[in-house]
Amino acid sequence: MSSNQAPTYYRGYEAIIGLEIHAQLKTESKMFCSDATTFDAGDNENTSPVSIGMPGTLPVVNKRAIEFSIKTGLALNCEIRKKSVFSRKNYFYPDLPKGYQISQYDEPLCEHGEIKFNVGDKDNKYEKTVSITRAHMEEDAGKSNHFGEYTLINYNRSGMPLLEIVSGPDMRTPQEAAEYARTVRSVLRYLDVCDGNLDEGSLRCDCNISVRKIGAPKFGTKVEIKNINSFRFVEKAIEYEIDRQIDAVEAGEKIPQETRLYDPDKNRTFSMRLKEDAQDYRYFPDPDLMPVIVTPEMIEKFRKELPELPIARAQRFVTEHGLPEYDALVLTAEKELSEYFEVVAKTCKNSKAASNWVMTELLRELNQAEKAISQSPIKPEQLGQLIALIDKGTISGKIAKTVFSEMWTTSKDPEVVVKEKGLLQISDTGAIEKIIDEVLAANTAQVADYRGGRTKLFGFFVGAVMKASKGQANPDLVNQMLTDKLNKPA
Amino acid sequence: MDLIKASLSEISSAVKTKKVSAVEVTQFFQSRITKLDSQLNSYVTVNESASKEAAAIDAKVAKGEDPGLLAGVPFGIKDMFCTRGLRTTAGSKMLSEFVPPYDATVVARLRSAGATVLGKLNQDEFAMGSSNETSFFGPVKNPWDTAHVPGGSSGGSAAAQSARLAAATLGTDTGGSIRQPSSLCGIVGVKPTYGRVSRYGIVSYASSLDQAGPMVSSVSDAALTLEVICGRDEKDSTTSERSVPAFSKNLNQDLKGMKIGLMKEYMNRPGNHVDTSKTVEAAIDAVKKRGAEIVEISVPLTEHAVPMYYLIAASECSSNLARYDGVKYGHRAHFDNLGSIDLDAFYEKSRGEGFGKEVKRRIMLGTYCLSSGYYDAYYNKACQVRRLLRQQYTEAFQKCDVILSAVTTHPAFKIGERVSDPLAMYLNDIYTVSTNLAGLPGMSVPFGMSGHLPIGVQLTAAHFEEQKMLNVGFALEKDSPVAGKAPHVI
Repeated sequence: MSSNQAPTYYRGYEAIIGLEIHAQLKTESKMFCSDATTFDAGDNENTSPVSIGMPGTLPVVNKRAIEFSIKTGLALNCEIRKKSVFSRKNYFYPDLPKGYQISQYDEPLCEHGEIKFNVGDKDNKYEKTVSITRAHMEEDAGKSNHFGEYTLINYNRSGMPLLEIVSGPDMRTPQEAAEYARTVRSVLRYLDVCDGNLDEGSLRCDCNISVRKIGAPKFGTKVEIKNINSFRFVEKAIEYEIDRQIDAVEAGEKIPQETRLYDPDKNRTFSMRLKEDAQDYRYFPDPDLMPVIVTPEMIEKFRKELPELPIARAQRFVTEHGLPEYDALVLTAEKELSEYFEVVAKTCKNSKAASNWVMTELLRELNQAEKAISQSPIKPEQLGQLIALIDKGTISGKIAKTVFSEMWTTSKDPEVVVKEKGLLQISDTGAIEKIIDEVLAANTAQVADYRGGRTKLFGFFVGAVMKASKGQANPDLVNQMLTDKLNKPA
Repeated sequence: MDLIKASLSEISSAVKTKKVSAVEVTQFFQSRITKLDSQLNSYVTVNESASKEAAAIDAKVAKGEDPGLLAGVPFGIKDMFCTRGLRTTAGSKMLSEFVPPYDATVVARLRSAGATVLGKLNQDEFAMGSSNETSFFGPVKNPWDTAHVPGGSSGGSAAAQSARLAAATLGTDTGGSIRQPSSLCGIVGVKPTYGRVSRYGIVSYASSLDQAGPMVSSVSDAALTLEVICGRDEKDSTTSERSVPAFSKNLNQDLKGMKIGLMKEYMNRPGNHVDTSKTVEAAIDAVKKRGAEIVEISVPLTEHAVPMYYLIAASECSSNLARYDGVKYGHRAHFDNLGSIDLDAFYEKSRGEGFGKEVKRRIMLGTYCLSSGYYDAYYNKACQVRRLLRQQYTEAFQKCDVILSAVTTHPAFKIGERVSDPLAMYLNDIYTVSTNLAGLPGMSVPFGMSGHLPIGVQLTAAHFEEQKMLNVGFALEKDSPVAGKAPHVI
């Protein structure tokens, strides 16, 4: 992996990008009470006196959320604070039942981390390192649903455990930002601490963007784009925003510090609120909660429990499965994909073929159908069996593609498809010889030409035999037997 | 039996041995409330189902079950404690119609020990006040002289107890709210060590200072109640894991070997009422006679306790009371055009109408202290000095077991006398607030008279040393000139 990338400039400007990722932790109960965290609960079903902030109720920290946060911090190479503190962030809003959000302020759980990832395509990629400024725990607010004259509030989300991962202002292109977000998501999913589902809001991404003239010593005014719900939109929103800001600066305008929203339909950002009348959140340590004390023993225990992470898995795919680095990176970008591949490889005992089938046939179909790997109609064992059928000579590689399409539509096992469709490869030399004899008898002129020296006609005979066998004749045998027959003196 | 003079354990054993039924005990106090409370205004809400709760205790006794340490003892509960199904107002218009769906842990523990709830007691609004004059439900009158205040904020508890409108009562103490009214009404009031008693379900005023405790007729009643309500609660992270001693069984009036500390900063302060000073002198003589040694100690930072207290308490309350915004429960202002008003206008009018003057004053003070630019100079500085104060106390308790002092500068003052001078009212707390700041246990025991008004003395012990303090109180009680005297309403 080359680690140097020439700086990317836009019309003589440089873009400075930082991300705040809110990851909803996959705990069974909320951050500070025992309410369930199910996504599909009815309105206000997952609430209790604590999560709606009734008088006298008190928060109690979810130990699992702390474990998940520490593990994420370790996976992001952060330092874990021995003592971190929950603080109150005070502001009024109807979806914030207590009038303050419990968060972490000046003593967050995780700090000073970094993460490495690759940016670019197969032929032009480089390694990028982004620093993690901090990762802190906090509770989510409820959700307001506005209906013209009135608003209804669903407090199911109130008190949901979040880990806010704040990057340094280290990214310079929209691609780097999107790749960073994908990498963080991938790590969270490998750790099994977050669903990473942007649609359901279990992962939310806010981008901070500013531009400055090349060589300018100071950052420009940063603008925040909130709640972008796909990585593709992260890229597009930032692209748009860089252009918009450069246009504004070029026109002599001042960039106001503000929060903007991205509209994917119009592919533009628009102002939500100015930050100049910035709220004073009056943070102070929450007196209802004790500081979170993390011992070296806890850190050691959690470190030992860390699963194999994407980079380590990619390296193992190179050494253990003999895959090219690029293939290994593609296959390990998603936890489920890497697991899928490993089952295929284990079933067919042919890692290279497994990698080819997953990366070309399967990913193509999935992308076309806009399906996730977990929704694949072909189970990894089935794909492994299909590859094994090729390797055993039961079917040819070409027939296998037909079998694959049939499996994609019916989810049937490859053996069943082969049997039902009569696609079994003909390896019976007697049967093949019969077909060859018929073909040669029907094409006597070409046989004579061939034997007269037009050896190029060999392909013609192979084609004719394969056609006569409906593609089922074993191509190796056909080749071998044809050579024998044609070269044998008549 | 004479229910006015009976101790809690006498009532409990009489109920268990069927000498009297829990229903009879309850009805005795109910009829006193009906007959006398119009003079005192100590109850905000009477529990209509108290007799039914008592009948359930009798039913347990009839079945041969043990209802617990407080079988059939009717308690009056300060209106800061949430009571399931029974209106809980915190003395405020804001919560004048709030009916909690849960019991405070302390109330739940009383119930599971067989106690019943007679009703909810008047108090200063959100426990902010020292005279019970800030209540939305009107001032409470001192049973010893109804022209005088009962003290505050637990004024309703103190008045009801001294007039025997309950067998026992509960109060809360943030800066002296149990001890000061107990002193002014001639009863025994105990504020346990911070962390000894769960705060779950107690309407929060200042979370790092609030603590619940008994306000009763004798030290042994206090000790028994403490045994029931103290101890770790999983719902309150700030409660201690320490085991709870059998306080009432360990009571010992022999003070030989005990060192009683007199704090330099508290002794012979100018501005004390002459009878207050005399009461303290008399108590010193009394403990000496019982074998205690007197030692002089010093806790210099107590000089700054009042400003420290008001900075910290106001800061925490400004955040704790943010939830009363008219959105989910609590007072909501009337708007003809609710759908089209600005959110800020909604909050301002609802909170403007719902809170009284003193509460608003403290919210504004606290909001200011926590604001950026002032946080370090006020809130943070107060917290730093608070830690030093705690250290100084710890050092002082190397030299003595219990500190003896005045509770307040004066006996009960007249209703209306100090309402227009909040600063004079705040300075009234000079002897009580440092106990809360340091998290220490403290109590008031009646030990003097000023004309027809009682005066208490304050005892303070090291963290979790309630027993030592109770023992000194137990000894003083034997020699108290208040013993045998009763307010005129009895």
